[in-house]
Amino acid sequence: MRIEAKNITYVYGSGLPWEKKALDNVSLTVEEGEFVGLIGETGSGKSTLVQILNGLLKPSSGEVLIDGVNIFKEKGLLSRVRFRIGLIFQFPEQQLFAETVFDDVAFGPRNMGLGFEEVSWRVEEALLKVGLNPLHFRSRSPFSLSGGEKRLVAIAGVLAMKPKVLILDEVTAGLDPKGKKEILARIQLLHKNEKATIIMVSHDMDEIAALAEKIVILKEGRVVLSGKPEYVFSRPELLEAQGLTLPTLPGLLFSLRQCGWNLPTAVFDLKEASRLIKEELSRASC
Amino acid sequence: MPLAEAVTLGQYVPGTSFLHRMDPRVKLLITLFFLVILFFINKISGYCFFLVILFLLVKTCGISLKYLFKGLKPILILILFTLIAQGLFSGEGRILFSWGIITISDVGLWKALFMSMRLAMLVFVTTLLTLVTSPIDLTDGMDRMLSFLTYLKFPIHEVAMMMTIALRFIPTLLDETDKIIKAQISRGAPLDRGNIFKRLKALISVFIPLFVSAFRRADELAQAMESRCYRGGVGRTRMKEMRLSLLDLWGTLIALGIGSSTALFNFLPYWFL
Repeated sequence: MRIEAKNITYVYGSGLPWEKKALDNVSLTVEEGEFVGLIGETGSGKSTLVQILNGLLKPSSGEVLIDGVNIFKEKGLLSRVRFRIGLIFQFPEQQLFAETVFDDVAFGPRNMGLGFEEVSWRVEEALLKVGLNPLHFRSRSPFSLSGGEKRLVAIAGVLAMKPKVLILDEVTAGLDPKGKKEILARIQLLHKNEKATIIMVSHDMDEIAALAEKIVILKEGRVVLSGKPEYVFSRPELLEAQGLTLPTLPGLLFSLRQCGWNLPTAVFDLKEASRLIKEELSRASC
Repeated sequence: MPLAEAVTLGQYVPGTSFLHRMDPRVKLLITLFFLVILFFINKISGYCFFLVILFLLVKTCGISLKYLFKGLKPILILILFTLIAQGLFSGEGRILFSWGIITISDVGLWKALFMSMRLAMLVFVTTLLTLVTSPIDLTDGMDRMLSFLTYLKFPIHEVAMMMTIALRFIPTLLDETDKIIKAQISRGAPLDRGNIFKRLKALISVFIPLFVSAFRRADELAQAMESRCYRGGVGRTRMKEMRLSLLDLWGTLIALGIGSSTALFNFLPYWFL
């Protein structure tokens, strides 16, 4: 499944005193099986863009093509699109509502019109995928869980629909480091094992740099830079000019390079970075 | 369109115009004065004059007229109903057209026009007040103006505080509702399709999270207020003391001027139309 957004513009409050252009002529292509990281500061239009990709907002102009079909043109396509593209909102735990974890996770599959057996099978599978033991959790109230567990249940609620594409909007926001690590690991597993296409929205450069195969940087509603991480982070001057901070390792390497060291900046592995720095050090002492 | 954008009645547009800077108490009194005037006007000339003045006032605040008209949307049905009820069914005066229960008469038509204009202008005047006065200022003004009620054991400060909090949370809750609706729709909730029963049932998935978060917010707010030693209105001072200024004197004079000239226009002879 290939998603193509073409020349998307979105205006909030058109004609009102606080009219604001959230997206300005944004184009973006996501290939099947790709892991795309969408980076931008607050107010850069990331959340608006993913809501448009999910068909929740209709762009003021431009079109969204899924496998070449315009999702806003074809009647009745939108609800099917939403089952195929799972969107996990920021703080998804706020949408929990059912009496038991089982019922909440089953909400999506039931809306798809699946039979009882299929639903309970999918719920079980989804809970396992996020690392929650179905036997232990299925009959508990979602409101009695801890913050991290609630979020995992909410994610399971989207996974249970078995979407082909998963969009995650700031999925680690507000979690402790352990919870963050756990969720990121689960997402990486989904991408590796199930070949799921993933679009991850974040303002955390480190998070995205470690996972994404393609990076799109938004600023004030425009795409300022996009491409493979090696490409994007080997142009630190461009990033800094846009007022964006580099991920930790490329940032360090870039600072060293500015001191006259001969180092690449697109390095994301700690061992690789330390090897390069050692090499440079030994060369300098010679 | 996000929910928060759809509601314009009671919205505040920040600014620094003459009307923005006036004391909320004076603005409240002037609004009341205008509302009373509206009920005394009984000629088209009076209404037209008042409408022109109102539009001029809106212009001085740098707010587009389009925005003022948007405030009419929620009561459009009421206005239409008035128009139809008055225009088609009242048989006073000379009858122009009659068919079954429908009777159109000249007096009926005039009355229909009057009533709907009056309704629209009532909304215009109150919308103008909320457009140029922040909700906090508004309730603060009410609090101060009605503080004499505390002598009658009426907890006016508490009522004003409740109103402030309620107004403050309208946009927040609207945003949240918007978000929850979107989240559930993207999980396939039949909120925007299917029959009415399906839709109503799907609303549960919106209301429960909304209530949960509203209660959580209320709890947090209560704690925040307590931790800052809030204990009601007695002996409470304010950061922004309300003081009448020359601006308010001018405002009052202008309002009185508008009032008397409207009266003048209203009592001009009929042929002046």
